[in-house]
Amino acid sequence: MPVAWVSVSTRADSLFERLEPLLAQVSKPIQYVGGELNARSKDWDAVSVRWALMYPDAYEVGLPNQGVQILYEVINERDDALAERTYSVWPDLEALMRRDNISQFTVDSHRPVGAFDVLGVSLSTELGYTNLLTALDLAGIALRAADRGESDPIVLAGGHAAFNPEPIAEFIDAAVLGDGEQVVGVITDVIREFKAAGSPGGRDELLTRLAETGGIYVPRFYDVSYRPDGQLAAVVPNRDRVPPRVTKHTVMDLDEWPYPKTPLVPLAETVHERMSVEIFRGCTRGCRFCQAGMITRPVRERSIEGIGAMVAQGLAATGFEEVGLLSLSSADHSEIAPLAKQLADRYEQSRVSLSLPSTRVDAFNIDLANEFSRNGRRSGLTFAPEGGSERLRRVINKMVSHEDLIRTVSAAYSQGWRQVKLYFMCGLPTETDEDVLEIAAMAQDVIRAGRAATGSRDIRATVSIGGFVPKPHTPFQWAAQAAVEVVDDRLRKLRAAINADKSLGRNIGMRYHDGQPSLIEGLLSRGDRRVAGVIEAAWRAGGRFDGWSEHFSYERWVNAAEQVLVPLGVSLDFFTTRERDADEVLPWDHLDSGLDKQWLWDDWQDALTGYEQDDCRWTPCFDCGVCPSMGTDIQIGPTGRSLLPLLSNRQS
Amino acid sequence: MARRQPEGPPPAPIVQRLRIQYAKRGRLRFTSHRDFARAFERSLRRAEIPMAYSAGFHPHPKISYVGAAPTGVGSEAEYLEIALAERRDPEQVRAAIDAVLPPGLDMVAAVDVEDCPPGSFPEQMQASHWQLDMAAPASQVQAAFDQLLACESFMVERLTKDGRRSLDARAPIVSVSVRTDGVDPERATIGMVVRQVTPTVRPDDILTALKSVAGFAPSEPIRATRRAQGPLDDDGAVVDPLNTTLKVM
Repeated sequence: MPVAWVSVSTRADSLFERLEPLLAQVSKPIQYVGGELNARSKDWDAVSVRWALMYPDAYEVGLPNQGVQILYEVINERDDALAERTYSVWPDLEALMRRDNISQFTVDSHRPVGAFDVLGVSLSTELGYTNLLTALDLAGIALRAADRGESDPIVLAGGHAAFNPEPIAEFIDAAVLGDGEQVVGVITDVIREFKAAGSPGGRDELLTRLAETGGIYVPRFYDVSYRPDGQLAAVVPNRDRVPPRVTKHTVMDLDEWPYPKTPLVPLAETVHERMSVEIFRGCTRGCRFCQAGMITRPVRERSIEGIGAMVAQGLAATGFEEVGLLSLSSADHSEIAPLAKQLADRYEQSRVSLSLPSTRVDAFNIDLANEFSRNGRRSGLTFAPEGGSERLRRVINKMVSHEDLIRTVSAAYSQGWRQVKLYFMCGLPTETDEDVLEIAAMAQDVIRAGRAATGSRDIRATVSIGGFVPKPHTPFQWAAQAAVEVVDDRLRKLRAAINADKSLGRNIGMRYHDGQPSLIEGLLSRGDRRVAGVIEAAWRAGGRFDGWSEHFSYERWVNAAEQVLVPLGVSLDFFTTRERDADEVLPWDHLDSGLDKQWLWDDWQDALTGYEQDDCRWTPCFDCGVCPSMGTDIQIGPTGRSLLPLLSNRQS
Repeated sequence: MARRQPEGPPPAPIVQRLRIQYAKRGRLRFTSHRDFARAFERSLRRAEIPMAYSAGFHPHPKISYVGAAPTGVGSEAEYLEIALAERRDPEQVRAAIDAVLPPGLDMVAAVDVEDCPPGSFPEQMQASHWQLDMAAPASQVQAAFDQLLACESFMVERLTKDGRRSLDARAPIVSVSVRTDGVDPERATIGMVVRQVTPTVRPDDILTALKSVAGFAPSEPIRATRRAQGPLDDDGAVVDPLNTTLKVM
């Protein structure tokens, strides 16, 4: 439904005057006003291509997102383009905006999202899909791409969830797989030239030109057919100028892309009150559950000098006092030890603290954490064994022995760390009750080891458990997801086992999510185009902010699935708890992450027999397929170089 | 368990204290006090102000805030005090911080405590001068205030995080002046001096009282701005707490 009050000539005018009176009536109004440090607001008429970048969750979650911040800067550095940001509005403001007919707006200049050329949506989690629909609807953009007009923005999905965009294929015009830094430039060029030529052939031609690049997926140019048993028959292009498979994008030299250079500093409180520097991209540890590790290959390290420069520049630009060194497994950077020592030396006299998301279970990781907390509080260390038993850890290819873990946490406690957090998953393939109950034994041994190491009974450990969701482009993409009842039952038994010995159990905290949101995430992760109707039905029934437990309703999703899927001859179980066969056509087979499907299948079979896979950074290539098919290569050190000295912060 | 102690020397002593007046303007009036405090601390680091810090593993820069205006209410007269480990020219400190904060969070003035009127800073904040802009004719507003001021006290309830709270919205009002907006006869501008009491009576509470006592409610949300905050003089006016001429020798 078009927004009636907008006349064509003033489509891009600021909505702030109309929004302002509403802000006094909603919670945390600061999240809607923009004006953050390092935010940009470029002249609308001075550029030809305008991007609205959306993170479809609340501002407090979306603002720190690195992907959005990087693209925001990369696009705004161009003379011919601008980018503004938009986030999901909470239901209190949504109601007032609907009452007063105010469109979804950008926080930078409060322009209506419908006035932009592109609405780029960063999808980190499938549970943001209903928020995408809210934003489209508030923006006056038709939910279905097929119903959109010539002047509507191109709705473009990116982020990890875009590696299977089929459940939202009807809502988006296009999707991009992989790294966005370079491809936003390609898209901007295509749109600029198309507009300069007078938009020949309209929206259809513009989308065709984008698809023609080979790296931009336009769902409407692919027809999907189904077999009588409900499985996919085929996904085939329906016109000449588009490729049969769409490939992901890989940025090959991270030092050429030192973004964000000037990170956004919000006035509102957000989930990450720190600056982040990505020290490498990709991971070949080979954890079989980990979609991020699989789809971001190969490993590409930022150089030690590049990291040092980004830390220095970012701190100067923001005033943050904590720097997080991000990656999928930061202790694996080939020069992490000299990097940690040199950064700790450089900032020892300042009040800047450094942090490393720690997941590896070994003594080396503790040395690093000690280096980063020389003068700081040693509050908590986090380890992620992920599976409760050694057998299960072989299945998921995350090999940590019970003894290694106990030795590592003993060292941590004796060096002054006060709390250990352990991350696990429940519902992994081949998992039994016994595997999960071993988590209790491990946590109890952790407490015993901590008491022995410190001589104190006051030792704390926290066990955090998430429900496992099989993801596309992983060896577990064929696996049956565990039923909600199975997961919830195992978690109940685990809680009882932890509390069975009160003298240990009272020092162990257990945090978990029940199985219901995971099952819906599973539906949205491995679904095909038939799931679009479920998303729309759940949204129409009030679905918003499904990643937030206080807003999530399992019943709403189950009802929507029944109403939409059953008439099509499939079901919620069809997409979640059903194991797939080797020859089944998967909804994302036409989307190329570089991983060889046969290699994934072989790795899935190895998982079932508990056969482990090494890391290709230290052992020969095991032919996952990414490098040859994408024309890429592993980029790792050590380079043997040092951080460049920094004059302004140099200690005398 | 052996508790670790921070290594190195104790924090540098305080050599100077500055009192700073700042403003929350325009869209950044929606900054909550917590939000402002976080942004202000970051601005001190970016401006490289030689702050004095507390001791411990998590040293905090020494900053005292006084009487912050509610979220969504603009202010020309917010105050805080900072402690420095090295002596600096107050005006340079003010300019340096102002330069790194977003426009709308503006540093208005900075004065060395030695040059301020003596006495505790919070205790000097005896009253605020509020300006309210509302969509209602001045005569109507005046009539409503006349009814409220005729009462000796008037209790209202405010919903807080800890439940309902009762407070007297009449007693702290020192004076009220109502005039018609210069442009629009259907709008009024109100100047109002309100004494600082505990719990603080906010413009919202007075609006609640007007509605309750006189059935008065403007047709759209009011806009409130704190114009001044400080000691009350004998004429019932709010004076500048940084004003060096008030210094008693």
